Amino acid sequence: MEFVGKCVFEGIAIGRIAVFDKGDNQVKRVRITDTAAEVKRFEDAKEAAKAQLAALYEKALAEVGEENAAIMEIHQMMLDDLDYVETITGMIESDEVNAEFAVHATGESFAEIFASMDDDYMKARSADVRDISSRVIAILSGKNAGGIDSDEPVILVADDLAPSETVQLDKSKILGFVTRHGSSNSHTAILARTMNIPALIGIDYPADCNGKMAIVDGAKGTFIIDPPMSVIDEYHRKFEEQEEQKKLLLELKDKEDVTIDGRSIHLYANVGGVGDVPAVLDGGATGIGLFRSEFLYLESSTYPSEEQQFEAYKAVAEMMGDKKVVIRTLDIGADKQVDYFDLAKEENPAMGYRAIRICLTRPDVFKTQLRALYRASAYGNISIMFPMIISESEVIRIKEICEEVKSELSSEGKEFKECEIGIMIETPAAVMLAEELGRHVDFFSVGTNDLTQYTLAIDRQNAALDNIYDSHHPALLKMLQMIVDGGHKSGCWVGICGELGADTTLTEEFLRMGFDELSVSPSMILKVRKTIRSIDLSK
Amino acid sequence: MIEIKYTIKDPMGIHARPAGELVKACAAFPCKIMISNGTKSMDAKRIMGVMSLGVKQGTEISMSFDGEQEAEASAAIAAFLEEKL
Repeated sequence: MEFVGKCVFEGIAIGRIAVFDKGDNQVKRVRITDTAAEVKRFEDAKEAAKAQLAALYEKALAEVGEENAAIMEIHQMMLDDLDYVETITGMIESDEVNAEFAVHATGESFAEIFASMDDDYMKARSADVRDISSRVIAILSGKNAGGIDSDEPVILVADDLAPSETVQLDKSKILGFVTRHGSSNSHTAILARTMNIPALIGIDYPADCNGKMAIVDGAKGTFIIDPPMSVIDEYHRKFEEQEEQKKLLLELKDKEDVTIDGRSIHLYANVGGVGDVPAVLDGGATGIGLFRSEFLYLESSTYPSEEQQFEAYKAVAEMMGDKKVVIRTLDIGADKQVDYFDLAKEENPAMGYRAIRICLTRPDVFKTQLRALYRASAYGNISIMFPMIISESEVIRIKEICEEVKSELSSEGKEFKECEIGIMIETPAAVMLAEELGRHVDFFSVGTNDLTQYTLAIDRQNAALDNIYDSHHPALLKMLQMIVDGGHKSGCWVGICGELGADTTLTEEFLRMGFDELSVSPSMILKVRKTIRSIDLSK
Repeated sequence: MIEIKYTIKDPMGIHARPAGELVKACAAFPCKIMISNGTKSMDAKRIMGVMSLGVKQGTEISMSFDGEQEAEASAAIAAFLEEKL
C-alpha cells in the first residue's frame, strides 16, 4: 500500500509503525453546584500545566534549541492570558459547568478565531490553543499525555501532533513522522527539520496500520505500508547512501575547496528557484554559480512584473548574504517554451530564436528583468550573466542597455550596486572569440550541455544518438582549455556551470586547466568537494 | 494618553514569539496599553488578542498608553518595537 503526501523534511525512514495515542479526551458536560471550588480546581490545573510546560521548556532547550523551545514559553503565557482565563472562569460560574467542559469549549472557540485567519502561520496557531487546553483537561481528569509504547525505534503516525506532544517524545525512538493533518508551518514540521527526522504530512493512513512495517520516502513524499522484501532491500541501500551523505556533510560542510597542494577553487551551486536556496546553504556551497531566472516566466501566465522579479531576486540575495549569486537572464526558447511569448514554431529550435536573441529584440522584456536585477543588487552580492552569446556586438549592446537601466534607476533615486557582468560560453563561436569577448566582461561560465551539442552537432534530446554523445570528447576538452586561456588573458575568472562541472572524473583536469569555479547541483557539492580535497596537483 | 505608531519590519510579522515578548514588556507597566492594526484594537497585555490581530510585515500598528507611568511605558515599548519588530 502506497500513500502520497507532502514532505516537510526529506530523508528515508524504515521501520515499524506506531500510531500515536492521544488518550481519550472526550469531555463530558457536568453540572456543578460549588462553582467557587470548580474555579479553584481549574486554577490549580492551570498552574500544574504551567509547571509541566516549564519543565518541557528546559527539555526542549537542551534538545532542539532556544528558537524551538520558545513555544513552550508562549504556551505558558497563553495559559495566563486573561481573555482565556476569564472566559473559562466566567463559564464555570455563570453556566455552572465543570472545569473540563469550560476549558474544552473555550479552547475550541479560541482555536476557531485563529483557524479563520487568512494567514497560514496564524492558522497553524489554533493547534497551540487546542494543545494548552488538552493539557489542562488531561490534568483535570488525571490522565497522562500519550507516549511511545515500544522498545525499538518507530515511525510515528498520528492525526496531528501538538508541539508539547512532539517535545515530550523520546527522540531516540523516532525514525520519522507521518501525520494526516498539519502544515509546513506546523511544529511537527519545524521540529522535524531541526531534529533531522524525515516527516510527511497529508497522509491518509488506514486505521489498522499499527505495528506494520513501513517506509517513509521524503524525496518522493510517499509512505509505503507492508512493502515487499525487495522494496525494503532497495530502501536499505538508499538509507545507507543517505547516512553516508550525512556523514560527508558533517565532515565536509564547512571545509574549504582546496587541493592538497593548496590550489583553491570556488564551488558554487546551480539553482532553479528561490525554494532551492536553503538546500544550497545546507549543502555547503559557498555561492550560487547559476541561478536560472526562467522559473519566474515558466510559473507565470503572463510576463512577470518588475516588482515580482525584484522580490524574488532580493529574497535570494538576502538569504545568501555576502556570498556570490550569479543570476542568468531569461533563457527560454528551444526546449523551454512559454505560451505568452507567442514564439513561432521552429524547424530547429535549438539553433533558433531563444535566450539573449529574444531579449535583444524585445527590449521591454529585457529591461524589466535588468531593472529588477539591479534593484535587487543593493541587497546582496549579485552578478548578472547572459546566455547564448556568439559575438562582441551582442555584448556591447547588452552593456549599453545595462547603462541605460542604471541611469534610469539613478534618476529615479533607486538604489543599486555595480554588478559583475558575465557571459555563458556555450557556442563554438564564443569559444573562438573568448579573449575578445572577455575584454567586455568580468567572467565566463561554460554551459557544457549546449556547448557539447553544438560542437559535436548532436541533438542532446535525440536518444538514438546517445551512444556517440560523448561529453569527454577531445574536441570539447580542447575547447575548455581555450576558454580558460582566453578568459584569463582578458582578465576574466572562468567557471563551468554545465553538468560536466559535477563530473568528478574530470575535476583534476579542470583544476589543471585553470578553472576558477565549478557550479554544480546542491546535492553534488560535497561529492565534488571531497574530490577536490583529495587531489594533489604537484604530482 | 500617549499614542505611538510603528510600521512592522520583521518579515514574519508579529508571530508567536515576538507577541509573547511584547506582551511581557507591556505587562511590566501599570497603565492600560492597547494595540491596534487599524481595524481591530486589543489589550496589549493579552497574548491571544495580540496574536489574533495577525499583524504582518508592512502593517502600521498604533499603540496607546493610558494611566500611571504612560510616558515610561510608551518610550520603553517604542524602543522594543524598533529593536525587535
